[in-house]
Amino acid sequence: MIEVTSHQAAYQRKLVHQANQIGKFFAHQPQPEAVANIADHLRKFWDPRMRTQILFHLENGGEGLDELPRHAIEKIASETTQD
Amino acid sequence: MALIQEVDYGTPEAHSAVTVTLTIDGQSVTVAEGTSVLRAATAAGIQIPRLCATDMLASFGSCRLCLVEIEGRAGTPASCTTPAANGMVVHTQTERLIRLRRAVMELYISDHPLDCLTCAANGNCELQTMAGAVGLREVRYGTEGANHLRLPKDTSNPYFQFDPAKCILCSRCVRACQEVQGTFALTIAGRGFGSVVSPGMEEPFLASECVSCGACVQACPTATLIEYSVLALGQPEHSVVTTCAYCGVGCAFKAEMRGQQVVRMVPYKDGKANHGHSCVKGRFAWGYATHPDRVLKPLMRATTADPWKEVSWDEAIARAASEFRRIQAQYGKGAIGGITSSRCTNEEAYLVQKLVRAVFGNNNTDTCARVCHSPTGYALSSTFGTSAGTQDFDSIEQCDVILLVGANPTDAHPVFGSRMKKRIREGAQLIVIDPRRIDLVRSPHVQAAVHLALRPGTNAAVLDAIAHVIVTEELVDEAFVRERCEIDSFARWAAFAAEERNAPEAVEAITGVPADLIRYAARLYATGGNAAIYYGLGVTEHSQGSTAVMALANLAMATGNIGRPGVGVNPLRGQNNVQGSCDMGSFPHEFPGYRHISRTDVREMFEKDWGVALDPEPGLRIPNMIDCALEGSFKGIYIQGEDIAQSDPDGQHIAAGLSAMECVVIQDLFLNETSRYAHIFLPGSTFLEKDGTFTNAERRIQRVRRVMTPRGGYQDWEVTQLLAQAMGYPMRYPHPAEIMDEIARLTPAFTGVSYAKLDSLGSIQWPCNEANPEGTRVMHVPGFVRGKGRFFVTEYIPTDERTGPRFPLLLTTGRILSQYNVGTQTRRTSNVQWHAEDRLEIHPHDAEQRGVREGAWVRLESRSGATTLRAHITERVAAGVVYTTFHHPETMANVVTTDYTDWATDCPEYKVTAVQVSPAAGSAGTLNAGRILEKHIRSQQP
Repeated sequence: MIEVTSHQAAYQRKLVHQANQIGKFFAHQPQPEAVANIADHLRKFWDPRMRTQILFHLENGGEGLDELPRHAIEKIASETTQD
Repeated sequence: MALIQEVDYGTPEAHSAVTVTLTIDGQSVTVAEGTSVLRAATAAGIQIPRLCATDMLASFGSCRLCLVEIEGRAGTPASCTTPAANGMVVHTQTERLIRLRRAVMELYISDHPLDCLTCAANGNCELQTMAGAVGLREVRYGTEGANHLRLPKDTSNPYFQFDPAKCILCSRCVRACQEVQGTFALTIAGRGFGSVVSPGMEEPFLASECVSCGACVQACPTATLIEYSVLALGQPEHSVVTTCAYCGVGCAFKAEMRGQQVVRMVPYKDGKANHGHSCVKGRFAWGYATHPDRVLKPLMRATTADPWKEVSWDEAIARAASEFRRIQAQYGKGAIGGITSSRCTNEEAYLVQKLVRAVFGNNNTDTCARVCHSPTGYALSSTFGTSAGTQDFDSIEQCDVILLVGANPTDAHPVFGSRMKKRIREGAQLIVIDPRRIDLVRSPHVQAAVHLALRPGTNAAVLDAIAHVIVTEELVDEAFVRERCEIDSFARWAAFAAEERNAPEAVEAITGVPADLIRYAARLYATGGNAAIYYGLGVTEHSQGSTAVMALANLAMATGNIGRPGVGVNPLRGQNNVQGSCDMGSFPHEFPGYRHISRTDVREMFEKDWGVALDPEPGLRIPNMIDCALEGSFKGIYIQGEDIAQSDPDGQHIAAGLSAMECVVIQDLFLNETSRYAHIFLPGSTFLEKDGTFTNAERRIQRVRRVMTPRGGYQDWEVTQLLAQAMGYPMRYPHPAEIMDEIARLTPAFTGVSYAKLDSLGSIQWPCNEANPEGTRVMHVPGFVRGKGRFFVTEYIPTDERTGPRFPLLLTTGRILSQYNVGTQTRRTSNVQWHAEDRLEIHPHDAEQRGVREGAWVRLESRSGATTLRAHITERVAAGVVYTTFHHPETMANVVTTDYTDWATDCPEYKVTAVQVSPAAGSAGTLNAGRILEKHIRSQQP
């Protein structure tokens, strides 16, 4: 478990909300396609520190993350690990 | 330099491929069929005297000066109302004509004050000129008889006066108000000798429907309607063509000068965006440039609790540079960023993003498009392949159906609003989708075919329902889709649209729009001929902003309404250069020309040109910068020409973020809300003080030309350059032309753009390259920029901002004609006479329930905050919806708006905030706080 400050917690809640919003746009697509598109969107438009924050949040259990963005962030995490 | 003299051909240009040839005063003249004899003569260099004729207006034939004789025809017809015809032989100067014209002129002058030497129009008066042209030598009628010479002046308007004593009743002002502006505020009251020009129902100008566009003043051939600035300063001695710095229409103006003093701004007839028309802001509200509030020397302070201290430019720049480097050394390269300004030039936006990428070494650059049209960029790029509107403004002349969504052009884009009204008067059908009854729904000689007054936040549901009708009633242009679009994406979209849950009847309860109206609108859009979409921030500033823009693009592709004149998808851009600032790479994820920073080929090109390695990862957007400031990883910012503390949503969050930063550098004209949190203030320059270019909503690049010395010492691009140099980067451009050369070198859509070409052509619509050397009027002809057009499924997802027992009303926001955005400029002009404060529009039903009376103070509260303003009870808004503008800092409307944003771009959801309204005892609270704040700002001025 990684300790987070109150500002980080608030920030992560906002990022979770945004990730879920992105997930909802792609939700009509077959799951692999949706997950790939969500991950692509996060890579293209989120500053690395935003991705880091959401990865922290995922490591801490990923509370509030919907299924599709959760999978997308897991995909980013696995690719980051491979890098 | 001299005054630019535009030729007035007397009547408008005729558009016909057929020509006719006639003889005028012995000269053979060939003109387009439909051209008047007056225009044909002028084109041949023959000046026929005239007073009521001008080429901005349809011929009228009332002044009887432009008489001619035509062989084989009886009498002396007016040349302005006589069409040129093959074989016609015209004489413009005969004994008979000379006698008649002198007699007519003598009658005019007999009821005109003979004060030419002291008249403000002396030297620039058509009556004076024509008296000379017809050889008038005496007036045989005395002034003792009945006349109009003692009629009182109307000085109610803050910018121009009306002196009926000088009026010759040519009706040019009345016709300009009707034909050009479309307001119909003026008329000729009375009959015969008692006829007078009358605003409204014989009211003063200021009390009438007059919108102060200036068309009447411009049309007036005498000093009857004349600017106070001309009365005060005299006639201008030189003029320079430049581009307005207000909205995204991009009107071209002649800045008419005496020395370095602006006498007046006159709309330029050759301006391709405005064709000689203007609005109250561009025409008159330029006085902010010389307002005493301007900060003309750099200011600095150690902490935001300290008073400002004037310092030298060297000291301010050196401190900014050292602080930024200190912060980077302490917190990392990504701890600083910059915000480009959509009010500044292309070259200035380009330099700020270059400073961030090449000197700061990150991609933390953003611009105010973040909070307005960023969803347009994302959605049109995804569907069509380019982040811009598809048409030019002239395209509306070939449009049969206008689908206007979430935009209020007569207030926010007035000059284009007038073009739209004109087209509607000519017969185009108008569909309005807007929660509020905007003026275009019903105003003089204009009425929408249908108004879909949807509940705020349900754009996607309404647009999906329109798509449902188009798909299920087989109104799709299958041939277009098959040839031009991705079939798989179309099939997926069509199947989605056809689902019963998207039927108008199914969404009625969500949107509040009767199903039959949606069906009517869908059929009209799909089958009414050339159908064009125009939209504004009422589409983009939602949590589904990008989705709704995609939904609009889907409709255009499905019905084949794209890729030719008269159709298309057209964002009405808010600020003068918001298109340009986006084109110039202001966003944190893309280089100039909308190329993602992860593209190695593009990055290498910039690295080679700029001589530094560039970061391949996207940077922070404005809301992310604020979040990261609070989280602790973002500590310094350079803000050029943007007041995020007032303009961005959830103001308290913005204030907290700015307060958490260690170095905030503001470059602006005035101390503002954001400067409360600043450590260094660098004086900015107005559009009158700089050279550069703006790009308007139709992708039109136009020159901005300096007419006076920068009052603070530097043009804005020079300040950015100084900062870059102080941070160790060799940024040295002698002139913005060289910056444009670099932009052209590195940006495919700008390859053919140069100052020389701009000077030669007047303006250029990008893309301008080898394939389109003079620019591109209409995009996506014959194919989409991305290849095949791509449809997207645009599922309606309700915003998380919900009404409930605590906050039962929905607040939406917008602009008013006389003010501009946060009012930094317009509040410092006489435009405050039209709009001295923001008011809350509330439906009579909601007002009654709350005991709110007209003009009473009310408290407006959301989960984000509360403010106080006065109520205006009106049925313009539906029950359950309230509306306000955000032009005045006292109102602090953005204390109330929330931090919800568009899913794709983080564009704030300004247009939907759940609120409660309750009576307030007075302006205590926020208003007082606002006034104290203003006082505080003023007190800080050294």
